[in-house]
Amino acid sequence: MPQNAVELNNLSFSRGSRTILNGINATITEGSVVAIMGPSGAGKTTILRLISGQLRPDGGSIRIFGRDIHQMNRSELFAFRRQIGVLLQNGALFTDLTVFENIATPVREHTGLPEALIRRLVMSKLNAVGLGGTENLMPHELSGGMARRIAFARAVALDPSLMLYDEPLTGLDPIAVSTVSRLIRETNDALGLTSIIVTHNVVQMQKLADYCIIIADREIAGAGHPKDLADSDNPKVRQFMNGEVDGPIPFRYQSEHQWSLTG
Amino acid sequence: MNASHFLSRLTDPIAAIGRCGQFLLRMIAGIRPGNRLAISSLQQTYLVGARSLVIIMICGFFVGMVLALQSVNALQSFGAEDQASLLVGKSLFRELGPVLTALLFAGRAGTAVTAEIGLMRATSQIDAMELMAIDPVHRIALPRFLAGLISMPLLAGMFNAMAILGSVVFAIGVIGLDPGIFWGKLQNSITFQEDFLQGVLKSVVFGSLVSLVAVYYGYTSKPTGAGVGTATTNTIVVSSVLVLIFDFILTSFFA
Repeated sequence: MPQNAVELNNLSFSRGSRTILNGINATITEGSVVAIMGPSGAGKTTILRLISGQLRPDGGSIRIFGRDIHQMNRSELFAFRRQIGVLLQNGALFTDLTVFENIATPVREHTGLPEALIRRLVMSKLNAVGLGGTENLMPHELSGGMARRIAFARAVALDPSLMLYDEPLTGLDPIAVSTVSRLIRETNDALGLTSIIVTHNVVQMQKLADYCIIIADREIAGAGHPKDLADSDNPKVRQFMNGEVDGPIPFRYQSEHQWSLTG
Repeated sequence: MNASHFLSRLTDPIAAIGRCGQFLLRMIAGIRPGNRLAISSLQQTYLVGARSLVIIMICGFFVGMVLALQSVNALQSFGAEDQASLLVGKSLFRELGPVLTALLFAGRAGTAVTAEIGLMRATSQIDAMELMAIDPVHRIALPRFLAGLISMPLLAGMFNAMAILGSVVFAIGVIGLDPGIFWGKLQNSITFQEDFLQGVLKSVVFGSLVSLVAVYYGYTSKPTGAGVGTATTNTIVVSSVLVLIFDFILTSFFA
């Protein structure tokens, strides 16, 4: 029976007086691909940053592989992060290093492998993402899709147990979207990873994700298999999954001070 | 402006000094002797030091010529223009060499370091590094700080050498002072402990100040275009003011 990879227990988080997340409870099992979806500004990326330990919650806890990451000190957190791979929205490749050096950086930092072995490892990761031969290019010479795949190769360079993806499909052409989606699925299944994907892409997630969590209005509006969510009873979930303009999820920013033409 | 806002305006600079000190301690705590730090520090020394060489040399040459011109002009009325090299040497080694080099270094290399680190912050490269369990303070800030520390005394030495060359060209070549007297006075007037060591110590202190300010403002810059711009401006303003303040403190100490 699969174990729990990530547990979010009564998680809450605020920025100043604005509550972003309130009472989030979720469990993500090992080996699954889970999508966290929701409208812009709903707090999806905030959840990812809480899971990676970049932010601390105001309340509740996050357990990853049974360990509460916010009870760790800095050095424990850094040691624990070696089990986690993160693909950031823009790839965040190191602009002053070549593709090869980008992928080799975490390997050099955390292993004492000889240079010949590092080279073989980097080249195998590059070939796995279909970009063998680009090792001497600089990041500014890559297209958006290529940069995302190189960043993916770097994120899995140390064979993590948990992969976090922040909007991995945003800004890519349809071919690159399919390529990156397939990479995520195949890598997850081949290496036995657990993947958490923050995205807006409902169509791709219906093909890719095993489970889907919809965040709206500071809490979980719905969860389940993506295909089931489209017919959900919850109007917020239905509105998001079907991309409807009218519904309970507001288009306008909810400000305390509303401006009107009549003054 | 209410009382609490006024108070925070007063305490903000003190808090900034505290945070900067913490940042320095965090960098120092990360020093692990090894090839990686040595290699990246040398690479950065090339980038911040060697690439500042041309501007330092040009400015040094012209500062030397101006010094010679002003010294000869001032001393001529007493018939003591032969003493011009003494004035040039003392003012260069003790004050102008380290101070002007530090100000030029802050403008050329300090701002470049701040902008580079700020841009890394804005493009999430620093976040990516932290997520890979690599401490960016040790990996990015420390080599740049050490590079500034290594570069400044060398650049100040080069500045002084070029300034003396400039003064020689002007005083001997243009004014026509006696070369033997000019070099003799220069050689006899400069003492190792009072002049040379004072200059070296000042340039090390100024180098560490400018480098610390540059890496600190870059690392803590807001991740926006305006944030990087503000951080770069802060680097040049704060490091220039600190250099002049510390110049007075060190000069008082030596006097």
